[in-house]
Amino acid sequence: MLTIYEGALDVPKILTEWYEAEATSNYGAYIPFVGTVRSENGIDGLSFDIYEPILESWFKAWQEKAKAKGAIIKMAHSRGDVLLHQSSYIASVFSPKRRVALEFIDEFVEDFKASAPIWKYDLKDAQRIYASDRSTAIKGSGILSGAK
Amino acid sequence: MVRVEFLGPIQKEALELDINNLSELATILQEDTEMTEWLKNCAVAINDTLVSSLEAPLKDGDKISLLPPVCGG
Repeated sequence: MLTIYEGALDVPKILTEWYEAEATSNYGAYIPFVGTVRSENGIDGLSFDIYEPILESWFKAWQEKAKAKGAIIKMAHSRGDVLLHQSSYIASVFSPKRRVALEFIDEFVEDFKASAPIWKYDLKDAQRIYASDRSTAIKGSGILSGAK
Repeated sequence: MVRVEFLGPIQKEALELDINNLSELATILQEDTEMTEWLKNCAVAINDTLVSSLEAPLKDGDKISLLPPVCGG
């Protein structure tokens, strides 16, 4: 389950909905990761662009990996502006036993950072500034640069 | 014709080009000085599937996307 929201995430509502949806599914572990916008470098918040077609296929591949381990994964992300101390990202794994979920959430969030087609901007002085120094080139990048 | 879209922070209008493969696209974009830095770290997708080779053939109506470095969360 992948849901994109306009603006900040309603963390209690989303976590509760996910919990209630799986409360009787016989999963022994529910491990959520909640990302919160921190006050640093004088920013007023963050802003996000998302390219959904590739995000969906990336997420689908992770759903298949989860399924192979008897687990399920849910993710919510913001599009547009998210202010300080609000949340822009929640990922959760449900699995029969805790070890699978603990390891899976780590792998999933790391790959999310490296591969998910989402672009982050700092909101500062009424400008939207691409966070190039914190961004990661997707694996296989650069093929158009040296083909002359 | 194929359509070339520039995603995220790349401030560039989409292009409609008559090309047969990604090598031709590389040649065209390398002549655009605004794209020089982006080309070094952009991933490329054809019809929303990431590709790793310039040899991938293109056909009429294909959509090519350039994806600059990402940072979700």
